[in-house]
Amino acid sequence: MRTPYGHEVYAMAAEYPSPHALYEAAKMVRDAGFKRWDVHSPFPIHGMDDAMGLGKSWLSAVVLIGGILGISTAMFIEFGSSWGLYPLIVHGKPYDWKVVPAFFPIMFELTVLFSAFAAFFAVLIMNGLPRPHHPIFNWDRFARASNDGFFLVIEARDPRFTEVEARELLERSGGQHITIVHED
Amino acid sequence: MDDAPTAPDVIRGEASASVGRPLARVPLVLNRRNFSWITERISGVVEDRAPRWWWVCFTITAVVAMIGLFCIGYQISTGVGVWGNNIPNGWAWDITNFVFWIGIGHAGTLISAILYLLRQKWRTSINRSAEAMTLFAVMCAAIFPGIHVGRVWMAWYLAPIPNNYGIWQNFRSPLMWDVFAVSTYFTVSVLFWYTGLIPDLATLRDRATTKIKKFLFGVFAVGWRGSNRNWRHYEMAYLLLAGLSTPLVLSVHSVVSFDFASSILPTWHTTIFPPYFVAGAIFGGFAMVLTLLIPARSIFKLHDIITLQHIDKMAKIILLTGSFVTYAYSMEFFVAWYSGNAYERFAFWNRVLGPYWWYWWTGMLFCNVLSPQLFWSRWCRRNILVVYFVCMCVNAGMWFERFIIIVGGLHRDFLPSSWGLFVPTWVDIWTFVGTLGIFTSLFLLFIRFLPMIAMSEVKIVLPGADAHDPTPMGHHPVQAGGAPRT
Repeated sequence: MRTPYGHEVYAMAAEYPSPHALYEAAKMVRDAGFKRWDVHSPFPIHGMDDAMGLGKSWLSAVVLIGGILGISTAMFIEFGSSWGLYPLIVHGKPYDWKVVPAFFPIMFELTVLFSAFAAFFAVLIMNGLPRPHHPIFNWDRFARASNDGFFLVIEARDPRFTEVEARELLERSGGQHITIVHED
Repeated sequence: MDDAPTAPDVIRGEASASVGRPLARVPLVLNRRNFSWITERISGVVEDRAPRWWWVCFTITAVVAMIGLFCIGYQISTGVGVWGNNIPNGWAWDITNFVFWIGIGHAGTLISAILYLLRQKWRTSINRSAEAMTLFAVMCAAIFPGIHVGRVWMAWYLAPIPNNYGIWQNFRSPLMWDVFAVSTYFTVSVLFWYTGLIPDLATLRDRATTKIKKFLFGVFAVGWRGSNRNWRHYEMAYLLLAGLSTPLVLSVHSVVSFDFASSILPTWHTTIFPPYFVAGAIFGGFAMVLTLLIPARSIFKLHDIITLQHIDKMAKIILLTGSFVTYAYSMEFFVAWYSGNAYERFAFWNRVLGPYWWYWWTGMLFCNVLSPQLFWSRWCRRNILVVYFVCMCVNAGMWFERFIIIVGGLHRDFLPSSWGLFVPTWVDIWTFVGTLGIFTSLFLLFIRFLPMIAMSEVKIVLPGADAHDPTPMGHHPVQAGGAPRT
């Protein structure tokens, strides 16, 4: 979709005066059946996931895998070297199941370490970050999204998107400064 | 706004519709500040020209840091003999400083992780700077065991790397646990801190005036645009990092205490050490948080964000953890008597009446046990000078406590012929003073280059952030007690 001046259209966007207004608008856009849309705010808004019809984040599953990988790595390194490669007799203690608790602290530490890395990289990858540029930055008002602005953006890629319907919906939900955002 | 129902209706308890409305809490951000005020005030600290006092402070701390770095270089190039450590005092100021610094870090993680899980919203005003303090404290801590190994270039032996000697580490050693605990703690703290910084870096990117700033903040903000589809995963990651950091922080000082507890020395060989060390770490760490934040709050006029309520709450935590520590101190004496172990009894008599008697009387008894008792009084908790005095006592007291534990346990061992006192050399003294310089220099750089308060998190605790309230910024016109808000 293009504007009369030949710009590729990215989305129709609007600004809202408060988190509450944005929250109510999000529910209207969700109920209108749009799929490719998003809201932007300087802080996470409580209840917005439901208002947008999004479920619980599945990032926790990635972190669980990270944790399992961490404890396995620790067991592999510890048991592999202490039991197999280089058995070291300390305090005259044997190598059997009774000494396993002495290996727990490092298992715990590596579980936490790998889980934390999983959480950190998962949040970046699942959000498609780092992404230096994004069409929404073409809108000059959008700089306030990290300050005190509350925005709702309906992408042109959405199958239900028509300029008239999107504009009408944003107007009806109380949006201000409604505008078309260019792709480039 | 001003025509909203006022509190006296509620307080009189009349059988009206307003009775059901809960009393308003004291707001966490005073003077009805709005979102953009938060952005302006906190970004302003980074964006404005460095004030003169900053240059004065930074010059002093940087010189001290350079002296510290010189001492570290001198120690590495000459050998551990430049320190006063000698048998029986094989561990002395170096390990004292290590435990002192790593303990300070614990308050930052407690604020950022444990208080987050406990839904303590007041943490948002202090968590960023406390986490930064954690990182700098752990850096200072890591220096000491790092150079205490003597041949620093062989430090890679600590890592389980296949090598041509076919040698592997003893994973059952508390010192090895310590390597993993401290390095994991530092790494996870960096990840947690940076994750929290991303939305605020985006704020600074959007406000940047020069190309270089825009580029640098842009790179580190990874293209964050406050999208709710991103916030959804972000909040889950933040929650999980908090959940991971919580057992981690409790484990780190527990593992540090195992270095002592798994030995056979009287006063070291005790099972009370892990909780005792963790409580002491949080106790000392909160004192350091206040030591840094009280001046910063005045200089940058952050009184509306870091309010007396915050200082009051931190003082209460100091009182609480100080009480844990007092209990642990008492219990050590009780157990020394109750165990009937002659060496243990001697060691504790020696702690009170031996050559280091004044360390115990001033450091442990006065600074750590008695001075926080002032915080039973609300007036003291809200008087900046009293709070600062107690924090300085605790900072010093916690260093003395670690010295008493370490050298106090070593200097008179089982064989009187080998007894000897520890005498620090100039390198000991200036390395420690140097780490104070490194720590404060890093903190000063932090407040100049990064937002020292988590803007995106403070905004959540403003009344206007409530998406379910149709009257933004308009509710709770009074504070608890019915007095109009000022």
